[in-house]
This record gives sequence, C-alpha cells and structure tokens, in this order.
Amino acid sequence: MPGRRAGIAFALGILALAAVVAIEAARIPQSAYAVVGPRVFPFAVAALLGLLGLLLLIQALAGHLRPADFAGEPVDRQAAGWVGLGLFANVALVQSLGFVLASSLLFLCVARGFGSRRPLRDLAIGLLLATLVFLGFSRLLGVRFGGGLVEDLLGGGS
Amino acid sequence: METLAALGQGFLVALQPTNLLWGFLGVTLGTFVGVLPGLGPALTIALLLPITYTVEATAAFILFAGIYYGAMYGGSTTSILLNTPGESATIVTALEGHRMALSGRGGPALATAAIGSFVAGTIGTIGLTFLAPTVVELALAFGPADYFSLMILAFVTVSATLGSRPLRGLAALAFGIWLGLVGVDLQTGQARFTFGLLELLDGINVIVVCVGLFAVGETLWLAHRASLREASVVPVRGSLWLSREDWRRSWPAWLRGALIGFPIGALPAGGAEVPTFLSYWLERRLARRPEEFGKGAIEGVAGPEAANNASAAGVLVPMLTLGLPTSATAAIVLSAFQSYGINPGPLLMETQPQLVWGLIASLYIGNLLLLALNLPLVGIWVRVLSIPQPLLYPGILVFATVGTYGISQSPIDLLLLYAIGLVGFLMRLFDVPTAPVVIGMILGPLAEQELRRALTISQGDPTVLLTRPLSATLLALAVLALLAPVLWRRLVRRNLAGG
Repeated sequence: MPGRRAGIAFALGILALAAVVAIEAARIPQSAYAVVGPRVFPFAVAALLGLLGLLLLIQALAGHLRPADFAGEPVDRQAAGWVGLGLFANVALVQSLGFVLASSLLFLCVARGFGSRRPLRDLAIGLLLATLVFLGFSRLLGVRFGGGLVEDLLGGGS
Repeated sequence: METLAALGQGFLVALQPTNLLWGFLGVTLGTFVGVLPGLGPALTIALLLPITYTVEATAAFILFAGIYYGAMYGGSTTSILLNTPGESATIVTALEGHRMALSGRGGPALATAAIGSFVAGTIGTIGLTFLAPTVVELALAFGPADYFSLMILAFVTVSATLGSRPLRGLAALAFGIWLGLVGVDLQTGQARFTFGLLELLDGINVIVVCVGLFAVGETLWLAHRASLREASVVPVRGSLWLSREDWRRSWPAWLRGALIGFPIGALPAGGAEVPTFLSYWLERRLARRPEEFGKGAIEGVAGPEAANNASAAGVLVPMLTLGLPTSATAAIVLSAFQSYGINPGPLLMETQPQLVWGLIASLYIGNLLLLALNLPLVGIWVRVLSIPQPLLYPGILVFATVGTYGISQSPIDLLLLYAIGLVGFLMRLFDVPTAPVVIGMILGPLAEQELRRALTISQGDPTVLLTRPLSATLLALAVLALLAPVLWRRLVRRNLAGG
C-alpha cells in the first residue's frame, strides 16, 4: 500500500515529540509555592501527544493515515530546491548583507522555483518590494531591522 | 435601549475621520489578502501586530476587524474565479461558484456572493450587537474553574468535533499548546522548553508560528509538486446583475445561511467550515431543482457565502465577551488585546466601551464599504487575482521574513520560522488542520492561568472542576463533543449495514 510507511513515520514522529516534551518537562525545576506547578501542563501535553501518537500509529498501521496522493507524480525537486536555496541564503546572509539584499535574493530564488525565467526582472522587483517593505515597516510600524548596505543608505534600519 | 445607546456612541467613535480611514484601509487590505491565494486574515493581522506599539487600540482593532470581514468577501471571489479557495471556509462556494463561472455565469455568482455576504454580515453584526451584552451578563457568573472548563470545551470542539479528522486536529492542538508553553512561566519564573536558547526565554512569538504555518508552509507545499501550481483564472463573463430569477432563488438562501452561520459561529466552538457545509446541504435539500447542484446552482453560492459571513460575526461573540477565540484569526486578535494589556472578557464592555462599541459600529460600516468595494469594483480584484505565482509567493516569503526578522533581528527566529514552515508542510501533506495550533498556542497559557486561579481558590482541591455545576456541565459537554462524532459514525455504519 503506497503511503502506509509514511503514515507510520508521521505517527512515530508525534510519539518522538511526546517523548521530547516529557523529558524536557521532567527537567523543569519544581516550584514549592505554586498550587499548579510549572510541570503540570507540560506533562499533560506530553501525555496527550503520547496518547494521540499511539492512536495515530494504530490508524497508520491499518493504512488509514496516508500522505496526500499525487498519483505517481514525482516531487518537483527543482522547484523545492530553489525555494530551499532561497530560504537558506536568506538566513545565512541577512546579518551580513542586511534585510533588503538578503530578501531580494530570497525573492529571486523563489521566483525561479515557481517557474520564472527572468532573473533580472525578478531581482529588480525583489529589491523594490524589499525596500518598500523595509521603509513601511520600519518607518510606519517602528519595526527594527538592524543595519545593512541598503538600510544604511536609507537612513538606518534600527 | 441601553444597547442602542451604546451602539450610537460606538458610531460616534467609528465615524471619526481617522477611524473611518482605518476601517477603509482594513476592508481594502482584507479584500486584497482574501483574494490572493496563500494569504489570509490570520497571517495578515499577525504581520501587522507591531502596529499595536504605535497606534491606539480602537484604531488598531477597527483595522483588524476590517481585515477580518474583508478577507471573507475577497475569499469568495477567489473561489468563484480560481478553483483554489482562498479561505478554508469558502471551499463550498467553489463547488457551485466555480461551475457557474465556467459556464459563463461568473457575474451573477460574484454578485450573489457579495450581496449575500452583506446581508448575512449585517444580520450577524446585529446578532452580535444584541447577543454580546446578554452573554456578558451570563459570563459575569463564571469563576476561574468554569473558564478553565469552557476552554477545555472549546479545545475539543475546535479541533475534534468540527473537523473530519479528530485525532489529527487534537494532535495539532497539543502541538500548539506545547508551543505556547515555551518560555519563562510567569507565575513561577521557571524556564520551560527553552533548550538553553536565550531567544526562547520570552516564548515563541505568535507571529513566527502564524507566518511559518501559513506562509512558509503553503509556499513549500506548492513548490513540492508541479500539479499544485496549476490554476487558471476564469474571466468574468456575463452581466454582474442578478436576474429576477436569481434574486428569487438567492434571497431565501441568504437568510437561511445567516440563520445557520451566526449561532454556530457564536457557540464557543467556532469554525466557519461547518456552517457553510450545513448551508450547502440544506439548500440542496430545499432546492426546487436539486439536479442543478454540482453544475452551478446559485443557491449553492448564496447560502454558504451568507453562512460564512454570519459565522464570522458570530465568532466575535465569545471573543469579545469571554475572551475565547475559536478561529485562528480570533486567536491573533486576542494576542493583539494582550499586547495592549487589555484582557477581553465580561468586563471588557464596561471598561472599554469606546473600543468595543466603536469596533462593532465599524463592522456595520465595513460591511457597507465592502459591498461597494466588491460589486462595482470587482474588476480590480479580478486583476489582483492574476498576479503571477512566480511573483506572488516570493513576495509572501519576503513579508514572512519581515514579520519574523523584525522581532529580534536574530537568525535563530528565521530558523524557527523555517522549522515551523516545515511542520506546516507536513501538516498539509497529512491533512492535519493548522488552525488548532494557533488556537492552542494562545489559549493554552490562558487555560493554565485559569486552572491555577481555580485551584488557588479551592486551596488545591481539583474536584472543584466537577463540583461547580457550571464547570461540570461544560466538562460533560466536552466529553460529549469528543465522543459524539465517533458514536454517530458507528450508528450510521450499523444502520447502513442493517439495511
């Protein structure tokens, strides 16, 4: 049965999360003064996740928990790859290049992933959008972005 | 009478030029994000949460309410013209509406959706106006134990009863509650689940979770299979005017939709999907020509669209009177209240009458603006709909980065955003609902707080949850809500097997 294994893996993932929550909950120091200590809710969540993970595992073993069916269509590695690259570039470069340039690169890569073949146009639109967004959010909403090449030209991002 | 006087005061607030402007901005932005596939009201309001630091509360909530209502109108345009529904609540609209558009009746479909949204939105807002003060009076009798049990009930209904997959909904809820627990416990000062990261001491920001689940998750989802990106906009053909026949078939469906949508929305259960499905089912039963359903029956657009908007108004009842959010958007709005240091609850109407009644009055005005914005100006939104995907999704991700990186300028937050985006992707892959995550995250810590209050009053005796009649009733309802769908399914199956 296609997808049965993926369903089992998904249920096991929830059980693993339950275990992590339980282990971490046990590491929270007790507090003598609180009627409901800081561990009560964490343990309850761990128990709930554990129970649901078990029930989902039973469903998965019976073949009732499966990922969406794409009728044999392969994963679009190219598109996913470009989006992944864009996200990675963004987080890797945001501190050195600044928000505007890193976001423009993100825009460029994701546009490519979604099928655009006009990188120069995309980069231009990305730069324009990121600059407008930066100005809007930093000037109107008071959001801080730190410094960066473009940010410093526009009068600082913080 | 008292209510009408309060509402009148509210109109004085909402009609101030600046507040009108905020309202107009809200409904326009709301329609815009409602129309765009991949963006929704919860995500948009989350991104705009920083506004709570710079703008006074009334204006901000008028803006948010406009976005909330506007997205409902905009979502229907997308469902009708593009088969991918913009909002989960407009899935049903797509069934008949898209068929109508394909057969050249896109104009009447858009018109009945917009007018129906206006009629039902207004009925729902009237319902909110008169029901809210009554609920407040009831809510004043609620003690902490009752609140805790009410939240448990809401947890169950939001994630298990109303969804088609109760286990997955509950798992999403538990995940959300866990996310909400991360950070320093305010009562005891203990750090929980911070994994040694300073960034997590203040907790996980709801913006990151919302943006990760909705924006990053959706983008990854569309990226991973080419067939998911195929969508084409059906051009609007035919006049926007409803024929005499269309009117005759639409207006009873609007009213019925509103009557179904508002009460279900107002229950502490929420969810706009159920009323839309119910309305669709009802219209099909009552239709003179049920064979038209599935081929573009106008009642199938009129009823569910009305139900959708009326339930959106209904959701505001528990939100404003009990502080109980039952949709992802309402949960984000609650966090905006928290950001202002305002606690929504039965005292809100008394302590912040300007805010509450100004907000409610702005909903009446917003509906009127939306009717104008969505009927004569529908052409603009059709053009918005044709923004090509290779520009739309990168743009959405840029906004996602702003919302996240702007919080603390830390790449750790971006990594957290991506991790939650990956979770959102997996949830889509396995058909797990995402809204319970956001609700659990916001409501979980509040439930913990109420439990603590309840047990402090009872001096540590947990049976208080069962000995207080109200609390016991609510817990019993929660158990019923958990088990009823299972039992119901068994019953149906047995009847089918027995012939």
